[in-house]
Amino acid sequence: MSQPNQLSDDNPVYPAVNYLNADRGVWSWLTTVDHKRIAIMYLVSVLIAFLLGGIFAMALRVELLTPGPTIMGANTYNRMFTLHGVVMIFLFMIPAIPGVFGNFCLPLMLGAKDVAFPKLNLLSLYLYWTGATLALAGMIMGGTDTGWTFYAPYSTTTPMTLFPVLLGVFILGFSSILTGLNFIVTIHTLRAPGLGWMRMQLFVWAIYATSIIQVLATPVIGLTVMLVGIEKVGHFGLFDPSRGGDPVLFQHMFWFYSHPAVYIMVLPAMGVISDVIAAFARKNVFGYKAVAYSSLGIAFVGFFAWGHHMFVSGQSPTDDGAFAAISMLVGVFTAIKVFNWVATLYKGSIVVGAPLVYICGFLFFTVFGGMTGIAVATVSLDVHWHDTYFVIAHFHFIMVGAVIMAFLAALHYWFPKMFGRMYHEGWAMVSAALIVLGFAATFIPQFLVGNAGMPRRYYMYPERFQSLNVASTAGASLLAFGFIIIAIYLIYALIHGRLAGDNPWDSRGIEWMTTSPPDKHNFHETPVITVDPHSYQNPGEEVEHVVI
Amino acid sequence: MSSSDGHAANAHLAHHFDTIERQDYAVRLGMWLFLATEVLLFAGLFLGYTVYRHFYHEAFHEASRHLDLWAGATNTVVLITSSLSVALAYWAIKQDKQKLCAGLLVFTIACALVFLAIKAIEYHHKFEEGALPGAWYHYSEVTAPGANLYYTIYFLSTGLHAIHVIVGMSILIWVLARVLKGHFSSTYFVPVELGGLYWHLVDLVWIFLFPLLYLI
Repeated sequence: MSQPNQLSDDNPVYPAVNYLNADRGVWSWLTTVDHKRIAIMYLVSVLIAFLLGGIFAMALRVELLTPGPTIMGANTYNRMFTLHGVVMIFLFMIPAIPGVFGNFCLPLMLGAKDVAFPKLNLLSLYLYWTGATLALAGMIMGGTDTGWTFYAPYSTTTPMTLFPVLLGVFILGFSSILTGLNFIVTIHTLRAPGLGWMRMQLFVWAIYATSIIQVLATPVIGLTVMLVGIEKVGHFGLFDPSRGGDPVLFQHMFWFYSHPAVYIMVLPAMGVISDVIAAFARKNVFGYKAVAYSSLGIAFVGFFAWGHHMFVSGQSPTDDGAFAAISMLVGVFTAIKVFNWVATLYKGSIVVGAPLVYICGFLFFTVFGGMTGIAVATVSLDVHWHDTYFVIAHFHFIMVGAVIMAFLAALHYWFPKMFGRMYHEGWAMVSAALIVLGFAATFIPQFLVGNAGMPRRYYMYPERFQSLNVASTAGASLLAFGFIIIAIYLIYALIHGRLAGDNPWDSRGIEWMTTSPPDKHNFHETPVITVDPHSYQNPGEEVEHVVI
Repeated sequence: MSSSDGHAANAHLAHHFDTIERQDYAVRLGMWLFLATEVLLFAGLFLGYTVYRHFYHEAFHEASRHLDLWAGATNTVVLITSSLSVALAYWAIKQDKQKLCAGLLVFTIACALVFLAIKAIEYHHKFEEGALPGAWYHYSEVTAPGANLYYTIYFLSTGLHAIHVIVGMSILIWVLARVLKGHFSSTYFVPVELGGLYWHLVDLVWIFLFPLLYLI
């Protein structure tokens, strides 16, 4: 075990002029086309969304402490879980890693000066703000009680206000599409000299696969939520059985986006793990090509798995079987990645740090969540588990256990690059431990209570489920506590953290070849790439393989 | 790798691209990706059409007989002609024939207006007949169950298409204004090309909508 910073600069320098202070004033931020500033604005926005979604989650957990009413009425409870779902998925999880770290790192990792369409990038952010404002306004104006899935015909007949939320989701979709489009074109056209496809960092591959899903799947959800809105306001009958419409059609169209959307959230997380694990194992990623191609594999297969959400919606057994088999292929591609990550750690010169703790959490939770994913993709088992807390626990293992662990790993790993300062390693380790344990304590009881038969979205439950619910709420409190500590030491580090220097992790990533924080134009000279990615063949040597 | 010379020579080259060829390639790729999202946007409605045509085959068959075939056919000819003229406008600007290009764009925009006018007349008839979507349906001539859904799909898909006609027309007006200001020439014509591509998509969607809604 070596110390994280033994190889880095002894006298780290904070560049006097960098992207953070090159232009001053709020207006210079709001009109910027610099991908790094846009990333920072995304970071602030998604963290606010995460805080909101987290507060709603805590409110739900507190309500579920007792079998009967605890702190809120049944209607408020319905609105609360809808708010939690909509905010966490559309405002946090989908834009989080692409919007923040994709925007910040992608051009740097390509040795480029910016994304291909900088103005479009800013437009994406404004669309995100517009959609977020609409969705939240809709929630305040009376709220929505449909759950984030907006299932018809309930969503088209509920007396609650739905239209602003649907319009918000529609606009958020456009933000997501434009980001994906921008990233695909950037990767195709702005790679530095010498940076062939097989030399791209694995985070870039993951973002590429994600962007394909964003571009191809998101238009369908955009149309679908607008159809629900039109149905609700105009009574067009499209999903209304009393007028001959078919609600199952809604489910197909909804999940055609919303299942691939899981991979919009998870693939960037996997990309983060690939990059960070290489830096913390001081070793080339084992099976680079397999990891790169499995991202594309997940993106492809993910488009044909949506029917596993509909095993009890009256699909034919043939469809059920086909969707089940295809869903399990996702597990194969994920397993390829996990084995390669573990093989990367094997015989590496492992550096222990907070990002590594999150990676370990990620690996455990992804395997656990993935295995239960195979289980719920099995038709006969899913009939029992459908719409129970077992499913809730399964997808939170992926969405929190995988995505949030990776988000936190990314936040800690790239924080020094973004702000030029280091956070407090001791507190980071404490909170990482709290979060990993708190997460397990929150969701493992939910597997048990779901398997025992507790349905999701129910306001009250039989008394025999109480002990597991209390355990889950206790775990959620640990999680919340961990996040509060992170917020405190990161904000402190922004101002008082010691200087990081260009490359505090001795990473071989191209984004570390520039100053921390980077110059407004990223690199003073376009880098020329002469070696393969994650190239740690000679650990301990200063980085020489990139000619700057 | 400095390319300050390229930037000085071409005012259209953004700072983060090294060559104009690369930038043009990027812009074209972005446009094609955008067109792919448009196709998927319409795909949902085509799916709805397929499902309900399967469910209510008789009603769909009968209702399609009650659309104005001549209006639809005329509009198809108008749009295909406009696709030709926008393609010729692209050819003209590549030959540095700005006036010809502007004229062809004016013709294309006129075609778009004709299309919208004919569509508006058709819509007006449907409103008068009560051949309307979902709950508003009270058309007496087609009574088979599911006829209301045929008009739901009809209005949603032609409505979404009409929005695209309006957007496409606005883009072409913007391109036209820049052609008239002399912004484009044989050395820089990418916006003409992209506007044309978008217009072709609008045309292409209609080429699928026309047979599905009017003919079969």
